[in-house]
Amino acid sequence: MGRKLDPTKEKRGPGRKARKQRGAETELARFLPAAGDENSKRLSSRARKRAAKRRLGSVEASKTNESLGTKPSPGKLPKEAVQTPGKKGTQALFNAARDKKHPVPAHSSDEEEDSEDDGTVEQRDLWGSEDSDADMVDDYGVDSDSEEADGEELLPIERAAQKQKAWEAAAGAQWSEEETDEEDEEGMSPESGPTKDEAEGGLQINVDEEEFVLPPAGELDLDAQAPDLQRVHKRIQDIVGVLRDFGAQREEGRSRPEYLGRLQKDLATYYSYGDFLLGKLVELFPAPELIEFLEANEVPRPITLRTNTLKTRRRDLAQALINRGVNLDPLGKWSKTGLVVYDSSVPIGATPEYLAGHYMLQGASSMLPVMALAPQEHEWILDMCCAPGGKTSYIAQLMKNTGVILANDANAERLKSVVGNLHRLGVTNAIISHYDGRQFPKVVGGFDRVLLDAPCSGTGIISKDPAVKTNKDEKDVLRCAHLQKELLLSAIDSVNATSKTGGYLVYCTCSVMVEENEWVVDYALKKRSVRLVPTGLDFGQEGFTRFRERRFHPTLRSTRRFYPHTHNMDGFFIAKFKKFSNSIPQAGTGNSATGTSTDLDSPDLKGQIPPKSENSSQPAKKAKVATEAKQPLQKRQRSNKASFQKLNGVSKGAESELCTVPSITKVQASSRLQGSSKLPGKADVTREPKMTGKLKKLRFSKKAASPRQSALFKGRDTGTPAVQPLSETQATPRLKDRGQTLGKAKGAGKAKQQFPEEPGKKAKFQDSGTPEGPQVPTQVPTVTPRRSGRPPPAKRRKGASQQLF
Amino acid sequence: MRPLTEEETRVMFEKIAKYIGENLQLLVDRPDGTYCFRLHNDRVYYVSEKMLKLAANISRDKLVSLGTCFGKFTKTHKFRLHITALDYLAPYAKYKVWIKPGAEQSFLYGNHVLKSGLGRITESTSQYQGVVVYSMADIPLEIL
Repeated sequence: MGRKLDPTKEKRGPGRKARKQRGAETELARFLPAAGDENSKRLSSRARKRAAKRRLGSVEASKTNESLGTKPSPGKLPKEAVQTPGKKGTQALFNAARDKKHPVPAHSSDEEEDSEDDGTVEQRDLWGSEDSDADMVDDYGVDSDSEEADGEELLPIERAAQKQKAWEAAAGAQWSEEETDEEDEEGMSPESGPTKDEAEGGLQINVDEEEFVLPPAGELDLDAQAPDLQRVHKRIQDIVGVLRDFGAQREEGRSRPEYLGRLQKDLATYYSYGDFLLGKLVELFPAPELIEFLEANEVPRPITLRTNTLKTRRRDLAQALINRGVNLDPLGKWSKTGLVVYDSSVPIGATPEYLAGHYMLQGASSMLPVMALAPQEHEWILDMCCAPGGKTSYIAQLMKNTGVILANDANAERLKSVVGNLHRLGVTNAIISHYDGRQFPKVVGGFDRVLLDAPCSGTGIISKDPAVKTNKDEKDVLRCAHLQKELLLSAIDSVNATSKTGGYLVYCTCSVMVEENEWVVDYALKKRSVRLVPTGLDFGQEGFTRFRERRFHPTLRSTRRFYPHTHNMDGFFIAKFKKFSNSIPQAGTGNSATGTSTDLDSPDLKGQIPPKSENSSQPAKKAKVATEAKQPLQKRQRSNKASFQKLNGVSKGAESELCTVPSITKVQASSRLQGSSKLPGKADVTREPKMTGKLKKLRFSKKAASPRQSALFKGRDTGTPAVQPLSETQATPRLKDRGQTLGKAKGAGKAKQQFPEEPGKKAKFQDSGTPEGPQVPTQVPTVTPRRSGRPPPAKRRKGASQQLF
Repeated sequence: MRPLTEEETRVMFEKIAKYIGENLQLLVDRPDGTYCFRLHNDRVYYVSEKMLKLAANISRDKLVSLGTCFGKFTKTHKFRLHITALDYLAPYAKYKVWIKPGAEQSFLYGNHVLKSGLGRITESTSQYQGVVVYSMADIPLEIL
């Protein structure tokens, strides 16, 4: 295999020697079109192939390569790729997709070429051209120019372009054939349904939006198994478009719920939500806003941090961080200590400033409850669920390390982070404890302010924790709501209403569900003597006062809701309460009623209640049955409001509590006095206005009733003598008990409307001391229901008036 | 939570005196009130007296921390100061060491400081003396 030394033989091929420049003649010879040269050359098989290829042009050669399915030579491909990259690519895809189903276009173009070329020889060359090496010379098939039979001065490129167009036309025709086939079917078959309206919707959405067809309700299984997300997304947008202008754009025969149902399923598929949670969100937001909300949940919120003013100022901190390479901005005009970080070249949680405790990484929405709480210096503050300590440290910095903060959390592992954070930030006035929040007023109470950041279902922080989308269920939400209610009641009981500077409670959750927010707040308003006050945050959406079938107290307008898509912070809910009395009502609608009716003169209310409670607490402590003769009467008056059964149960309960916790008994008894919430069978909707009405009526009727009652009593004496002894015996022990509890209740006395009446009644009824005994059973109809055929006409009148409500 | 015994107080004060000398009294009598030390779970906490009233209501097993933790007593009753005491010791420190900006980052992340990284040092600091480390911007970094 020696090298043949033949100077006449031209060096051909892709090697280095072939590339060497030989001289003008030889170079020119290769370029000049010379059929004679070609024929005179001793062409090797490879040379022949190359020549043929050059003549045909690269396009056809590549086509034949692919359509024939043979392995294309690696050498050839790069050359062709260089020459016509785009065409090759599309054709490769096309050929691969169609899988030789439609060899016609390729062969048609090949035939075109074949007509130009010589017959079989060229065919063979086409076949064989795969193996030849790529020429380094890019001559664009110049040789084949001489062989044009068309008479047109087309370059091979142009010819290839023409063929491309022809192929595309053919392809288009074929695709449209397929589509029309599908459209012909009447959209009942599952597979075609979605494609059909996708096709229609897709084709026509730009032209005519009315034609969006809702796929039939039955099929969705296809989507469940292998959802085509793009299609689903398109359908979502179409449906929202239709819903926006439903009258005009609806499809005949399809109802709105069908569209909505479809939208819900599609959203669940596209954003991977569980059905329960998505159903809840659909109830909360209208369709376009819902999509914004869902989109916002896919994207994380910007990182924000809060300057620790105990150690530095925001200006200095910003400067220091910028020097380190952090890109940041002040958070907004509502915050004096917040900074938002756009990007950072250093880890933001590991800078020396962070280690020195100059700032805390905290979400923007988590700064809001503390701003609402507005802690003052030298106060006692309780933070019931404090982990990881961001809000606690903010409270401490607002108080400038004065006063005392009790930071509590039920989770021991998370408490370690609280300890770490508080030490790092230089908080010295904090005591950290590990109690269940519900134990609170028992352990220690009487705080000036309380912050309750209740554990919740986390539907506002889906962007931080996407698992919430699927793992939250009805049970979880209700369990959370129950826990939140308990915690909130404990928190309310831990606030000292008579605090000089405080008496406030802030309840917040990072959830957008109504069950965890407005419902819990409304519950607390009914159960305790608290009132909602403005949070002091001037932005954010107002809380709902009504939601689907529920109706809430109108003051819920002062609560605030925040959403990721409107405020670019985590979903949040904040409510600020003011406690106006330390007594716990038994059934507190009276309180809420007084709250609403006297909202306008709240300063008066505040002023009146505490001193009254203090005054009356003393007589309560010295409750004596004999002296408190008026109390049974009061009780009777007030019991009109309460259900009779409840009265009985409540009195018994009050007795037991007498032994244990005097303050609570008093409170509970007073709640009984207010005792208006448990009207059996009355809807919540009607409760408050009715309550105010009732109070007024009661006030009115009491005065009227008393003389009537005494008269009636006299009548009764004669009328039912047999009954009386029994009633008396029953009455007296009861009287004693109730006297005590009533005394306390009276002492706690919340409904201040009652107070002015007491002296009057006292005067009246002290005269008729004994009648109250037998009168008492009228108040205990569960024991003697028949006997009080006598809640004598007066009673019945009241009862009647009750039933009017 | 209980006050420190005599022995414990002595050990602790000896340790602290290594850093701040006789300025110990300044720790106890502060302008904004009297502070005291309390022991809880072998850790010494530095609390103001106003807090003690509230803290007394919390049961021992539920109390986690109060005020500032200064350090803890080891099993063999030696007292170890913690970084959390830095803010209180730094103003009164007798011997200080400043480190250069270049070495500051490395030191903060746990590495040793070379002699070239030392910026300033209080004069007549003896060997093995307890010092407080500062950055060149006079930010206290560590108690060593």
